[in-house]
Amino acid sequence: MTLGYPQTVLSPRRRRGSLRARAMGRDSILRRFDWVLFIAALGLSVAGAVFVYSATRVVPAGEDPQAYFKRHLLNLMIGLLLGFATMLFDYRTLRAYAPFVYIASVIGLVAVLVVGTEINGAQAWIQLPGGFTIQPSEFMKVALAVGLAMLLAERRDGETEPQLPDVAFALLIAAVPIGLVMLQPDLGTAVVMGMIVLGILAVAGTRISWLVALLVLGVVGAFIAVQVGVLDQYQIDRLLAFANPDLDPQGVGYNTNQARITVGAGSIFGAGLFHGTQTAGGFVPEQQTDFIYTVVAEEMGFVGSIGIIALFAVVLWRALRIAVRAEDLFGTLMATGIVCWFAFQMFQNIGMVIGIMPVTGVPLPFVSYGGTSMFANWMAIGLLENVHLRRALR
Amino acid sequence: MTDRSRTRLVVLQVLVFSLLAALGGRLWYMQVVAGAEYQAAASENRIREVVTPAVRGAILDAQGRPLVQNRTSLVVSVDRSTLLDLPDDGDQVVRKLSRVLDIPYRRLDRQLTLCGAPGAAEPPVCWNGSPYQPIPVAEDVPANTALQVMERGEEFPGVAAEMTAIRDYPAPFGARAAQLLGYIGPISADELAAAEAKEGRRGSTYTNFDLVGRGGLEQVYDGFLRGKPGVKKLAVDSAGNVTGTVAERDATPGNYLVTSIDAHVQKVVEDQLKAAIKRANTPGENGQDRAFPAKTGAAIVMEVDTGRVVAMASYPDYNPGIWVGGVTNDQFARLSSEKAGNPLINRAIQGEYAPASTFKIVGAAAAAAAGYSLNGPYQCSDQFTVPGSTQTFSNFEAGMTESMTLARAIEVSCNTVFYGLAYRMYVEEGGQDAGPNAPEYLMNTARGLGYGSTTGIDLPSEAAGRLPDREWRQQYWEDNKNYYCNFDEVASAADRANDYLRAIAKENCVDGYLLRPGDAVLAAIGQGDVLATPLQVAHAYGAIANGGTLYRPQVARAVLSPEGQVVKNFKPKAQGKVPASNTTVQYIQNALANVPVSGSAAYRYTTFPLDKIPVAAKTGTGQVEGKATTSWYASYAPANDPKYVVLMMVPEGGTGSGTSAPSVNEIYKALFGIEGLQVNPKKAIVPDGNPIKTLPTVNADGTIDLPKDDGLPGSSESGIPAANTDDKKSKKNGRRRRRETP
Repeated sequence: MTLGYPQTVLSPRRRRGSLRARAMGRDSILRRFDWVLFIAALGLSVAGAVFVYSATRVVPAGEDPQAYFKRHLLNLMIGLLLGFATMLFDYRTLRAYAPFVYIASVIGLVAVLVVGTEINGAQAWIQLPGGFTIQPSEFMKVALAVGLAMLLAERRDGETEPQLPDVAFALLIAAVPIGLVMLQPDLGTAVVMGMIVLGILAVAGTRISWLVALLVLGVVGAFIAVQVGVLDQYQIDRLLAFANPDLDPQGVGYNTNQARITVGAGSIFGAGLFHGTQTAGGFVPEQQTDFIYTVVAEEMGFVGSIGIIALFAVVLWRALRIAVRAEDLFGTLMATGIVCWFAFQMFQNIGMVIGIMPVTGVPLPFVSYGGTSMFANWMAIGLLENVHLRRALR
Repeated sequence: MTDRSRTRLVVLQVLVFSLLAALGGRLWYMQVVAGAEYQAAASENRIREVVTPAVRGAILDAQGRPLVQNRTSLVVSVDRSTLLDLPDDGDQVVRKLSRVLDIPYRRLDRQLTLCGAPGAAEPPVCWNGSPYQPIPVAEDVPANTALQVMERGEEFPGVAAEMTAIRDYPAPFGARAAQLLGYIGPISADELAAAEAKEGRRGSTYTNFDLVGRGGLEQVYDGFLRGKPGVKKLAVDSAGNVTGTVAERDATPGNYLVTSIDAHVQKVVEDQLKAAIKRANTPGENGQDRAFPAKTGAAIVMEVDTGRVVAMASYPDYNPGIWVGGVTNDQFARLSSEKAGNPLINRAIQGEYAPASTFKIVGAAAAAAAGYSLNGPYQCSDQFTVPGSTQTFSNFEAGMTESMTLARAIEVSCNTVFYGLAYRMYVEEGGQDAGPNAPEYLMNTARGLGYGSTTGIDLPSEAAGRLPDREWRQQYWEDNKNYYCNFDEVASAADRANDYLRAIAKENCVDGYLLRPGDAVLAAIGQGDVLATPLQVAHAYGAIANGGTLYRPQVARAVLSPEGQVVKNFKPKAQGKVPASNTTVQYIQNALANVPVSGSAAYRYTTFPLDKIPVAAKTGTGQVEGKATTSWYASYAPANDPKYVVLMMVPEGGTGSGTSAPSVNEIYKALFGIEGLQVNPKKAIVPDGNPIKTLPTVNADGTIDLPKDDGLPGSSESGIPAANTDDKKSKKNGRRRRRETP
């Protein structure tokens, strides 16, 4: 087990056994697969479908009340396929493809600035024929997790921590897409990306002092951005409106107010599925995407809201477990990146809904309606399963 | 993996789960701790209440004639909040509306200004209601004008024209009864809060869109008249689209208020009061050879055996219809101006005057109670001198020197007899040095006859009058000590120029806290500091007339449901017995009955059939410092079987017999059907001259069975359609009325 790679489940030797043995063997794919992670993520996605349906079922006469529901399920199917595909080939061969994935995503981010469609103030979407849209920044998260993990997992002999050139190069690699995302401007996604970078750097063993310096740099950078006037006052107000909805009463302030009312109104057991009056009345804008959690909270109450958080806890627990048990540093760092991504994006999204985080448009992983997000999330699950499957048997 | 990475992963794990815990904690607070609050906010969010105002009940006279009813009218209203959203605060819209409606811009602007805003007019000209409620700016708008406003909706944002039920004053026989009826106005924030505090926020039937009664019966019986507004709770979505009805409650129309007022008598009384004032202004007519500057007055007709008010007039009055459509600044200024005589004031219950000689029944009863002989004899000298001083009080009306009984003293209204009696009672009480517990014969009798406190009539703002007893005198002196003792410093220039006032002040400074002989003597003839409202005097005379029972004066007879069921019956309420024996009461009755025969008013009865309808009466001529005398005439009839008290009072009107008595007699003629020296009960304006005993009939469909003489212009005998239950009929009624008023 010390030399070379551990045998993979898909090695030709293993294919010879009986079907039953292959399926039930100690290292069969079915037994090595992390079912808990899969079922928790699938649970979130299916619950998402139900809540997306609840959020969008009130439509003008003649329109299909299940339109979003069906497309959410379709997105989920595609996501599952993408995830499955991601799981199949050995993640270590990804290193070879990582530069291409990264470059493709960066091109996507550049393209979105050129031909993208602006939705809710951010130019983050590329309109495809047939009414589909694609959001390159979602794929960029996958690319970042893979790319940075690859860069920082490479160690020269005897090195126990990343050296300055490695860190600098990693930061450069991260800075390009983060910068592009900020140009959209999509602050929320940029921060999530920043968290992926920070998490991977930290677990890679980067010196504390450098990490602190990086954080300080980020804060100072943000401060300068505000001072120099890169951001308009209304943008600053929008950011601060979560704490003081009066700053932007018609826009974000209205949204946060209504979101809080909707969440609070759910009380302990909720209004019951499809019985939320705030949801049915459409009082919270974007309730099928960024504010999907209001639907959960209103209709399923505290019990259901905690239920969703518990499912995330399971996903994150399994992902962290995979990071800890990964066969190599690359696997660990990739899983770490995904943990940071999911954890922070979930916190950012739910925190914004319940008024403890600024309103920045990031979707709730698996639950929010949105194709690209769903694809990227399931690709991430595929990566986690990939690392999980290929760990050595102990 | 290095140890460092492993440690960092543990740290990451802790961070991730603390993020989850933070979310959980916040959710616990929002959904479990504060859930109820947010639920309330959510229901407020999605539920819009649409209030349909209830049709206010009509006020009927004793025979069912409508004094106030409703009719539908095209009302143009303006929604302030919509106007304020416009760039110029809607100024252009208001100007355009002013042209279309042909109402001066300034007037519209005043009507649309919230009371209390800078530059706002006084209520009710300014808008005293909810800022979110459409403000009615014009009523009875012609249909084509309303159409113009409605069809050009984009030019008139926030302006609406709707058929609305508004108050209508049919004025049967032309009776106004303005102060009696009162008026309605939008509820103020304070009133709404008070109503909610009383009824509880959830149970409150008042909304900030309500009109409530102000003044008169509209105010006192608001709870019965207003009905219950209909509320439709509509579920709406975020765009304000109605998605369903959550709850619905139809409006319940208000009840009918049946009063004891008789519209025909009311009209006669209003006319006769005016006639009396005109008489006072005319030398010769008023029994004197000079004109009196009378401008105001009050008159009351009450049932002797029940205290029910048959008519009540106060002059100057106003057309109650002035409130409909919003009163203008000038109109309101006139209504509340001193110069115009404060037409809003109901002098019958709010005016306080020296009751003068009408108070002699109190003196007589007090003397009897104190043990003095009714038969005397008493000396009616020219003047009364307080023993041991030079203070003299003269006789005003009767200037004769003869011995007489107390009855005769009442008949001829001899002051000096009452001065003498009052002085003797005063000395018996202990005089000037009597302690606070000394008996007060005159004041206690007056209190027992209802003076000095409100009668409890079902009308707002009743005044209590004043009985200047020893306690009051002490209090009053303490309140005014500074004025009396520092007269030359604190009194107004006009007062300082008056030597009489200076002398009085000097006197009062020294011993004004004492009930001095002069005070006691003057009180016996209803002068000095004695004040009474016309209603208090009528109240007391009613008690003498019925043999000694004080009845609470009452205007309301009954409350009938919109379907005609009796909701509440206001029974006559006996308040107590007068503090006089039956013998004394009868003695006073006889004395009063002789006033028109051989007393101070006899010269006014030369053409009156006293043999058929004997009248008992007392004249009064009140002295007021610096003003002409107040004319009083308190009476009841028939003296041998009293049915009605009739009282008239005209300030600065000269003498009681000269100015008021002829008008009172005209009222009796109408009441009993007197023609010349004959009595024809068929011609009486109340059936057979008797008080109405039965309630009018309101049919289940809301129509009222009216008497043949309903006094309403152009209406049929079968009854008029009531405006508040049958919409079709009320519209018909409304059309009919509009046609009649060009």
